[in-house]
Amino acid sequence: MVLNEADTRDGSSDVEQLEKHNIIVTTLEKIWNWSRARSFWPLSYGCNCCPIEMMASGAARFDIARYGYEVFRASPRQADLLIVAGPITLKMAPVVKRVYEQMPSPKWVLAMGNCATSGGPFRDGYSILPGADTLFKVDIFVPGCPPRPEALFHGLLELKKKVERGDY
Amino acid sequence: MEHLFTNIAQILTSWMVSLGLPPIWADLILLIGQWTIIVVIVTLNVIVLVWLERKISGFIQERLGPNRLGPFGAFQTIADAMKLLTKEDIIPSQADRWIFMTAPMLFIVIAVMLYAVLPLGQGMEVVDLNVGLFYFISLGSLSTICLLMAGWGSNNKWSLLGAMRSVAQMISYEIPLAFSLLGVVMLAGSLNLSEIVTAQNRYWFILLQPVAFLTYFIAATAELNRGPFDMPEAEQELTAGAYTEYTGMRWALFFLAEYTNLVAVSALAATLFFGGGQGPWLPSWLWIIIKTYLIMLVFMWMKWTFPRIRMDHLMSFSWKVLIPVSLANILITGLGIEFFRGMGW
Repeated sequence: MVLNEADTRDGSSDVEQLEKHNIIVTTLEKIWNWSRARSFWPLSYGCNCCPIEMMASGAARFDIARYGYEVFRASPRQADLLIVAGPITLKMAPVVKRVYEQMPSPKWVLAMGNCATSGGPFRDGYSILPGADTLFKVDIFVPGCPPRPEALFHGLLELKKKVERGDY
Repeated sequence: MEHLFTNIAQILTSWMVSLGLPPIWADLILLIGQWTIIVVIVTLNVIVLVWLERKISGFIQERLGPNRLGPFGAFQTIADAMKLLTKEDIIPSQADRWIFMTAPMLFIVIAVMLYAVLPLGQGMEVVDLNVGLFYFISLGSLSTICLLMAGWGSNNKWSLLGAMRSVAQMISYEIPLAFSLLGVVMLAGSLNLSEIVTAQNRYWFILLQPVAFLTYFIAATAELNRGPFDMPEAEQELTAGAYTEYTGMRWALFFLAEYTNLVAVSALAATLFFGGGQGPWLPSWLWIIIKTYLIMLVFMWMKWTFPRIRMDHLMSFSWKVLIPVSLANILITGLGIEFFRGMGW
């Protein structure tokens, strides 16, 4: 389409001029990121206290389904988001790593609770990894011992913003 | 309004014939058009159904369900579908590649083929087959093979276990399903679905065959692998059953086919027991949509209300309860028909 002389005078960019004519310029990646950010299907890994909060976030009072993140898949092949909710022991580490590798990309990791972020109270233990980020790239850390469901939602919504920016 | 779609079809055919096309070609093009419409509607309908299921499960569990994306969360499934489109496509290196790849496609093809004989309104079936019901039941049992292919091809113990369970379950529930429909066939005296609808002019067959409807409903739930009979993909025991190794779109195809089967089975129930497209005021195609959706809501209600039954209970329920009941129903229906004929009704 032909741009008007008047449009180019105010020094706006080409994209902005097109938007004045109600033409939205975008990339396909933006649309995919829009949809990815709105449908994280979690795969959960946990020990005892963080998963209880995670279950509470799925239940009636907090309801993770409002954001559309309630589809907890049991098989890593259909999951997008690995929620590490608990300390990773040295014996468990290869298993978690393998489960992470079985997930199809694009995939994200959320470290829930102090144990998963840094090792927590077990940090100096001989058998515990000091945080999930020693194993694979972690996108969002949610601190707390255990974090409340609201904190988990905050982490998920921050991850949503991050994915929407295409920053992963 | 009643003859809206049939009139459109007639106008299109006569227009194509007036262009100098031989009538057989016009019919063929119309058939392809009808198929395309069915495939498109079925696919779009699944998007609505998944949203409905998530909403209903939310309401049953005193939750709100998806409500952030669009009005009442209606665009949630669209985001999910687009995400599934872009996921990585993993085929395990030890999998039986061809069987693994064809299983989901075959599953959806079989599911869509069920719609060929369903009268979606008066005179609105794609093929007016005189053994329509037989065709429907025999195609429905084919989907077992797809699940077995998926389980075997994945080369995964959970997949194989899930597939074996689904085969056992579907074969044992096939029998009461077919038997329960026999009562309706005896009353209508035809296997043609549109003739069964016309036979319900005076009263719906649910009034004459309540036991058959109950048997059909339970057996169909088992055939669909839906809760409380979702043995083949019991998450707590089998990860995701036969679908364990499937990613992205391949998995979505299975999901699509399951919902397609659900619509087909509900539409068959509406056709056989609830008078098909018959009803006051509204056109017949609208009536069948309303009835189908109501029956589907009952299916969803059942899924989110009852816990899963154990595998051995499932099998013994089919062989010890459903099959005797459906056989007795056939006997009583036959005696009743003879009795009323003797009375001269």
